[in-house]
Amino acid sequence: MLVATGLTKHFPVGGVGVRKVVHAVDGVDLELRRGSVLAVVGESGSGKSTVARLLAQLLPLTAGQVLLDGHDARVRGRKAFRRYVKRVQMIFQDPFGSLNPVHTVRYILTRSVRIHRGRLRGAELEAALTELLERVHLTPAERYVDSYPHELSGGQRQRVAIARALAADPEVLLADEPISMLDVSIRLGILNLLQDLRDRLGIAILYITHDIASARYFADRTTVLYAGRVMETGDSESVTQDPKHPYTRLLVASAPDPDDLGGTVGGLTAGEVRESGIGGEPPSLIDPPPGCRFHPRCPFAVDLCRREVPDLFDVGAGRTAACWAYSDRGDRPVIGQRTTGVRADEEAAP
Amino acid sequence: MSASITTTAERGAVREGGRPSSGGEPVLEIRDLSVDYGYGDDPTHVLRKVSLTLNRGEVLGLAGESGCGKSTLAYAATRLLAPPGLITSGEVWLTGRDGTRADLLRLSDRELRSTRWQDIAIVFQGAMSSLNPVYRIGRQIVDGILAHRPGLSRSAAAERAAELLELVGIPADRLRSYPHQLSGGMRQRVMIAMALALEPQVLIMDEPTTALDVVMQRQILEQVMELRDRLGFSVVLITHDVSLLVEVADRIAIMYAGEIVEQADAGDVYRRPRHPYAHGLLGSFPPLHGPRRELSGIPGSPPDLSRLPQGCPFAPRCPHATDVCREARPVLGTTRSAEHGRLVSCHLHDPELRDVLPAELAR
Repeated sequence: MLVATGLTKHFPVGGVGVRKVVHAVDGVDLELRRGSVLAVVGESGSGKSTVARLLAQLLPLTAGQVLLDGHDARVRGRKAFRRYVKRVQMIFQDPFGSLNPVHTVRYILTRSVRIHRGRLRGAELEAALTELLERVHLTPAERYVDSYPHELSGGQRQRVAIARALAADPEVLLADEPISMLDVSIRLGILNLLQDLRDRLGIAILYITHDIASARYFADRTTVLYAGRVMETGDSESVTQDPKHPYTRLLVASAPDPDDLGGTVGGLTAGEVRESGIGGEPPSLIDPPPGCRFHPRCPFAVDLCRREVPDLFDVGAGRTAACWAYSDRGDRPVIGQRTTGVRADEEAAP
Repeated sequence: MSASITTTAERGAVREGGRPSSGGEPVLEIRDLSVDYGYGDDPTHVLRKVSLTLNRGEVLGLAGESGCGKSTLAYAATRLLAPPGLITSGEVWLTGRDGTRADLLRLSDRELRSTRWQDIAIVFQGAMSSLNPVYRIGRQIVDGILAHRPGLSRSAAAERAAELLELVGIPADRLRSYPHQLSGGMRQRVMIAMALALEPQVLIMDEPTTALDVVMQRQILEQVMELRDRLGFSVVLITHDVSLLVEVADRIAIMYAGEIVEQADAGDVYRRPRHPYAHGLLGSFPPLHGPRRELSGIPGSPPDLSRLPQGCPFAPRCPHATDVCREARPVLGTTRSAEHGRLVSCHLHDPELRDVLPAELAR
């Protein structure tokens, strides 16, 4: 459906005479398929929201290409943008900010319906509104259609925001952390609703999140982003249960695990992975480290990682990881073998 | 209803056999604390007769959704509640190091001032907004120390500040940084260092890691737990993330609509929840490990505290609600099988009202 290749966005920073840029997103490839959910997982500042905004054409690309059904989707001008948003709709994180508080649900949805479906009136319009509200399980629709956003709970507001996006009959839905502002007990309700829309309407969904557990629950495929680059891709189950990239391993091992099932990540227990992970923080994106962007925190990094940017290597059926350990280079690092600035043994195989 | 539950400070002892506790000496006892918001004829009852005990050396988790009153409880107990919040009843007993007990709600301003920070310290939610952006962090820590230790020289206080930063894993030369020069995780560590400056007995952490990502969250919490073992303070950890609490807390109290609905050892809450809300809340977190299962969360939405139903506040969302639940409000009491150290506020546990417990609450 929606394919992005080499997605890159640099934001200029600094004042007069300063030519610095923030490398927010660098060379990200994504592929959204009809009727499936792709999760983009990353910590704050990893560029995941920028990816969503680039795909929604809310920001111009620095480099790269977005293809919708095989056609270049770069829009020029208002009309082209309208045509694009009819097919690709976005849901924002904050349902308290994304709905205008002075208008009723009826007005909010009517605007969207009229923009995308033409001038409906009377019974026709009424039927469209009811149908939209029912689609997002706000029933009976009469109870909600004349209420103001402040009369609704966070979950209901997010449902209205989803209904507004659905008014355009989109083929792609970009959901930027749709549940992180909601109460925990109603988050799953929203995820189940999105899942239901995927199944019934065949919508392709991009699900941006920092919660890797919800990606496992909800998404078919998962892409892990770190410091603006893709670290690992694959089906959600394998990425979370058998992560290949050292960063994904750290992420999985850090997530709360009340069961403490003693599950191992790449042969190490969660505690061992966390200990091996060098503490520290994501790098500055103004001056990102050369080579692999994770190398300053990676316990297995060797000289190669510090010099050259790894490609995405195949690490299994439909899975890739941007880590030199999976290349066939002689001087590759070995995962599981700690290095402290010295080269890994060339004979050892991963 | 002085519900003083005794658990040992050593988690292992309880986990192994659930044997009666030995040294569960209370540090902070909250009794029947009620808080209203608004002064008019019709104030909102945000906390209704909440009782909670924190034992020495223990990590007590306070879990619940936004608006359930967990932060209000912490602020009311330390008298930090800003108007229109009003404490309408209750006592908060703090046991000092020398065994003296004082009711925080009845202290004079002067006594309160010396208690704060010295005995009870709070780490607030937003580290960015808790630090003053125009002062270097070194000065902010030093100011805090000097306010409570007037005799101390500035250089001695600066030394102590450096020591504190090292304690939370930040190099001491960062004392000369401004808050904006630190990352979110470091700022939160600075807040923790400041809170520990006067070696308090009780550390209250209000959603300390919500703004951080999981890797940083774990690093910080592990550090706090390590410091607790070393320095021996007690922690009240407030968060909405129950799965996190299960891992770090000794005991968990779950709040709903201004009341504590369940209170038990962390492992028990997770494996054998007794309140339908606790059960639903645990089912709201998709598991990262183990089998995939279909989850539903909890139907409906959190209640509006100004328009609470007459009976159990959870009744409209509860799958097991009956007429009794809609009419009479349950009180916090023992579970059906009177398990040790467990309290629950639910009619399902009253044998006179209900013959059998639903299977998922009787494991």
